[in-house]
Amino acid sequence: MAGELIATEHEDWRHFVGKALRNRSFMAGALITVLVVAVALVSFVWTPYDVTKLIIADRLQAPSGAHWFGTDHFGRDILSMIMVGSRNSIAVALIAVGIGIAIGVPLGTLAAAKRGALDEILMRASDIVFAFPALLSAVMITAIFGPGAVNAVIAIGIFNIPVFARVARGGALALWPREFVLAARASGKRAGLITVQHILPNIANLLVVQGTIQFSLGILAEAGLSYVGLGTQPPAPSWGRMLFEAQTMMAIAPHMAIVPGVAIIVTVLGLNLLGDGLRDVLDPRLRRQR
Amino acid sequence: MLSYALRRIVIVVITLLAASVVVFAVLEIVPGDPARLMLGINATDDAVAALRQQMGLDQPLVLRYFAWIGGMLSGDFGRSYTYSVPVIDLIRERLVVSLPLALMALALSTAIAIPVGVFSAARRGTAADTGVMAATQLGIAIPNFWFAILLVYVFAIALRLVPAGGFPGWEAGIGKALAALILPAIALALPQAAILARVTRSALLDVLGEDYIRTARAKGLPARLVLRRHALRNALIPVLTILGLQFAFLLAGTIIIENVFYLPGLGRLGFQAITQRDLIVVESVVVLLVATVVIVNFLVDLAYAWADPRLRRR
Amino acid sequence: MISKTSTFLAGAALALALTSSAFAARTDLTLAIQLEPPHLDPTAGAAGAIDDIVYQNIFQGLTRIGPDGAVLPSLAESWSVSDDGLTYTFKLHDGVTFHDGTSLDAGDVVFSLDRARADDSTNAQKALFSAIASAEAVDDLTVKVTLSRPQGSFLYNMGWGDAVIVAPESADTNKEKPVGTGPFKFVDWAQGSSATLEKNADYWGEPVALDKVTYRFISDPAAATAALLAGDIQAFPSFPAPEAVAQFEGDPRFSVVIGSTEGETILSTNNGKEPFSDLKVRQAIAHALDRQAIIDGAMFGFGTPIGTHFAPHNPAYVELVETYPYDPEKSKALLAEAGYPDGFKATLKLPPPAYARRGGEIVAAQLREVGIDLEIIPVEWAQWLDQVFKQKDYDLTIISHTEPNDIGIYARDDYYFDYHSDAFKQVMAELDATADEDKRYELLRQAQEIIAKDAVNGYLFELPKLGIWDAKLEGLWHNLPVQSNDLSKVHWTD
Repeated sequence: MAGELIATEHEDWRHFVGKALRNRSFMAGALITVLVVAVALVSFVWTPYDVTKLIIADRLQAPSGAHWFGTDHFGRDILSMIMVGSRNSIAVALIAVGIGIAIGVPLGTLAAAKRGALDEILMRASDIVFAFPALLSAVMITAIFGPGAVNAVIAIGIFNIPVFARVARGGALALWPREFVLAARASGKRAGLITVQHILPNIANLLVVQGTIQFSLGILAEAGLSYVGLGTQPPAPSWGRMLFEAQTMMAIAPHMAIVPGVAIIVTVLGLNLLGDGLRDVLDPRLRRQR
Repeated sequence: MLSYALRRIVIVVITLLAASVVVFAVLEIVPGDPARLMLGINATDDAVAALRQQMGLDQPLVLRYFAWIGGMLSGDFGRSYTYSVPVIDLIRERLVVSLPLALMALALSTAIAIPVGVFSAARRGTAADTGVMAATQLGIAIPNFWFAILLVYVFAIALRLVPAGGFPGWEAGIGKALAALILPAIALALPQAAILARVTRSALLDVLGEDYIRTARAKGLPARLVLRRHALRNALIPVLTILGLQFAFLLAGTIIIENVFYLPGLGRLGFQAITQRDLIVVESVVVLLVATVVIVNFLVDLAYAWADPRLRRR
Repeated sequence: MISKTSTFLAGAALALALTSSAFAARTDLTLAIQLEPPHLDPTAGAAGAIDDIVYQNIFQGLTRIGPDGAVLPSLAESWSVSDDGLTYTFKLHDGVTFHDGTSLDAGDVVFSLDRARADDSTNAQKALFSAIASAEAVDDLTVKVTLSRPQGSFLYNMGWGDAVIVAPESADTNKEKPVGTGPFKFVDWAQGSSATLEKNADYWGEPVALDKVTYRFISDPAAATAALLAGDIQAFPSFPAPEAVAQFEGDPRFSVVIGSTEGETILSTNNGKEPFSDLKVRQAIAHALDRQAIIDGAMFGFGTPIGTHFAPHNPAYVELVETYPYDPEKSKALLAEAGYPDGFKATLKLPPPAYARRGGEIVAAQLREVGIDLEIIPVEWAQWLDQVFKQKDYDLTIISHTEPNDIGIYARDDYYFDYHSDAFKQVMAELDATADEDKRYELLRQAQEIIAKDAVNGYLFELPKLGIWDAKLEGLWHNLPVQSNDLSKVHWTD
C-alpha cells in the first residue's frame, strides 16, 4: 500500500518542468529563494558599505538615500549587514541539513535494509533524541560548549539526524518489497549496492522535500540561538543577533528590529513555499501522507 | 492491549534512563566550577574547597549519578547549588507559570486554528482558501520572539493595556496573573495556530476523499453537515497528535519567549541554571521535560492502539 | 436630630479619611536589579546582587559606607583607636534587636568576625579580615578588636557588605531566610522573579518611609526598558541599557540620574604571555584605543575615560588619560619596533555584560586598524572565572573591576594580569603601613602612574551608574561607592 506513495520511475523532465511552472507555490518559493541566495552570493564581492568598519559617529541613522535601511548602533549600514548576514543564516542551516542527511540517511536506509535488532536500536535512539526539547537542548549545547556558529550548526544538526533517518527509513521500507528491488535481490546484489542503486534515487524526492523544511527550520533556529546570544558571534553579522541588538533600541531606531525580522520572514516563507511546491511537483500523491 | 501497554512502558523507562545518563554525562564535563562561581573572583582557594565539600562536589561521578537518580525516584531532586533550596520547590514554582502558559497558548492556538482549518477546507480552491493558506504560511515564517517584541511595544508600551513582562504570582489575583501571560501566550500561539490550521485543513480534505464520506454525500446530506458530523470527527486524530506534540513543545520551547517577557518559567530556569553552572537544576529540568515528552507520546500511542487494534502488533 | 448629626459626622469622618488617604504618600516600591542573587547571605558569597538587596536594608555592619563613600557609624555608635593603630574599641548601639527578636550584643560581633576569618569560612572577601589578630567582648556593648599590623583601611573594610554582623542563631539559615538588624525584614523570595522586604517596626534607628519593597530581577536590557516604560517597576537604580537612557531623559515621568561607580572598565591583558609581555606591544595597544569612540559606541556616551586603574571621583586620582594618546600611526610603529610589523593574531574573551560585548567589538575593530587581529570569544561568567581569572588562559579580556579602591590587586603575584613590578609592590607595602592621609594620597598617585606607564592593561572608562526612577521618588543613591541599594531614606513625594 504505502509503496504506491513513492514514485518509482524517474519522472519525465519535461513533464516535471511543466508542472513546476504551473505551480504557484513552487514558483513564488523558488523566486524568493533564488533571490536570497543571489543576495548572499553578491555580498561576497560587493556590499554598499564595509561591515567591518565601525563609524560610531554615523550611528542609529534612519533609512535614507545613503543608507536604504538605515544604520545600526555602531554606524554600520544595515542593508550591507543583511546581505552579509544572509550568508551566515544560509550556511548554518545548510550545513545543519547536511549533517542530518550525511548521518541520518545512511542510518535510516541501513535500518530499513537490515531490519531486526539494529532497526529497533536505531529507532529507539532516534526516539530518545526526539524526546529532548530541541530548542532548549540547542540552547544548552551552545551554552555549555561555547556560543558560536560552529556549535550552533552542531546543535541544530543533531536534531536533524533522526528526522532524516526516519524519512529515509520510511521511504526505504516501502521500496524493499517492490518488484524491481526484489529482482535486484534475486540477481544476487548485496543490500548496500541495492540501497545505492535503487533505493536512494527513489527516496531522493522525499529527502529534498524534507531538506527544504529542515532548511527553513534551521534558519529560524539559528535566528533564535543568535537572538539569545548563543549563535553566530560578532563581528560576523547575523540576522538573529541584529534582532537581539535592536531590541533595546526599538523606541529610538525601530528599523533596526524591523529589517532583520522581515528578512527572516521572507526567507523562511520562500523556503516553505518552495518545499510545498516541490512536494506537489515531485509527487502529488505525497500530499496524502500529511 | 495490556501486553502492548507493558511493552511500551518498558520502552518509556529505558528511554528515560538513557536520557538521564546522557544529560548527566554531558553536564558533568562542562567546564566551570560552580563553587568558584558562587564565591567570585577574590575568594581564596581554601574557601572554594570548603564550599565544594559542602556541596558534595568532591564525591566521585558515578556515586553522584546514582544519588541523583535514586533521589529523583523518591521525589527528592536534590538541592540547587545556587539557590540552596530543594530543586523540586524551584520546579514547582516555575511550573505554575509554564504550565498555564502552555495551556493558554494551546487553547488559543486551537481556538483559532480549528475554525480556520474547517473554513478553509470547506472552501477548498477558492480565493478565501488561498488567502487563508497564504496567511498561515506567513504565520509559520514569523519568528515568535520577533512577534513578541512587537506585541510588547504595541500593547504594553504604546497602549499600556497589559504589563510588559514579569509575573506577579497567582496570589496577586487571577486577573493580574492572566494579564501577564496573555501576550506571551499570543506570541507562542500564532505560529502553532498556523501549523495546526494547515494540519486541520489537510486532515479534513483527506477524510473528505474517503469512501464513506462520498457515500454520505451521495445519500444527499448537505456538504456542511457532512463536514461537521462525519469528517471533523475523523480528522481529529492527526490534529490531536499535533496538539500532543505542541503541548510538549510549548512546555519546553518557551525559553526564548520567557526571556522576552522575563517570565519565571521552566525554560528560563534551565537557561539561568546552565549559565550559573547549577548543574543539578539543569539535569532535573531537562529530564523532567524529556519525561513529559515521552509520557505524552506514550499516551498518544495508547490512544491510537485503543482506537485502531492493528497498530498493537507493531 | 441626633441621627442627622451623627450622619453628618460620619460623613465628615469618611470625607476626612478619604482625603487623608488621598494625600498620604505611597509607601510601596518595586525596583529592579539586573542579576538575581544566588542566596541572601552577604558573608558567604561575592555576588553583588546579594548586597544590592540586603546591605544596609536587612544587614548592617559595625560601620557603614555612606552615599559619598565616607565611613559612618552604624551598629557601632562610636569607636576609639589606640595610638599604635593596633587596637579598635567599638561601642555598640543599645537596644538593637535582630528580626527574630533576639538582641544584639558584643558576643554577636565577636562571633561574626571570628566566623568570617575562620579556616572553613566561605566569606568571599576574607582579605578584609586578614589584619585581625583577635576580637573580644569587653562587656555587653563593647568590642575590642586587635590587629596584627596597622591597617589604614580597617574601618572602611568593616563597612563592606561582607563584614555585616549576624547572629549565631540564624547564621546558618541566612542564605534562604536572612535575619539582620536593619530597617527592613525579609518576607519572601520567589526564585527567578522577585524578593520582598517589609518595614521592620522594631527598628532601632530612624524609621523608614517605605512599608513594602519588592526587588524584581530583570537581566535583559530590553525587558528592563519595557518594564520601566510600562510602569511595572518604579526604579532601576543601575539600569543596564545605556542605549535606552535617551528615551527616558525626554520623559517627565522619570528621573534620570547619571552617577559614578567604582568600576574601572579595562582591557585586561595577560602580561605573562607573548607578545603582551613586551612593553612596546602593550604601549601599541594603548595607542590604538580610541576611548571616546568606545564610550560612545558601547555606552552611548556615558562613562568617564580613565588612564589608570583608579576612580576619577576619588580625591587621590591622577589624570593619566594622555599617557598614551590615541595615535594609530605611533601604534603601528611600536608594533614594528617590537618585531610585529604586520601585527599578530590574538583572542579577546568577553564576559556577558553589554559594556564588555559591545566594547569588545569596538576594541577589536580599533586594533584591527593597526594590524592586531582579534578573535572574539564570548564566555559566560563561569567560564570567565575559570579560564581567564583562575587559569590565566587568555590574551585579552574586557571587565569592570567594581571593588572600591582595588589598585592593590596589581601587587598580587598570582593575579590574572600576571604583572610583576617590584616598584609597585614597594609602594603598596608602604601604603599599607601608612595612616597619614596626605602621604597615602601621594603613594596612591605613584601607584597609578607606575601601572599607567607600564600599560599593564588598556584603561578604558569608569563605569557609570545609570539610575532611572519615577520622578516622584526620592532618596535613592546617585553614586555607587559600594554595592548597595540603601532604601532607608527613600520616599514618595506625593
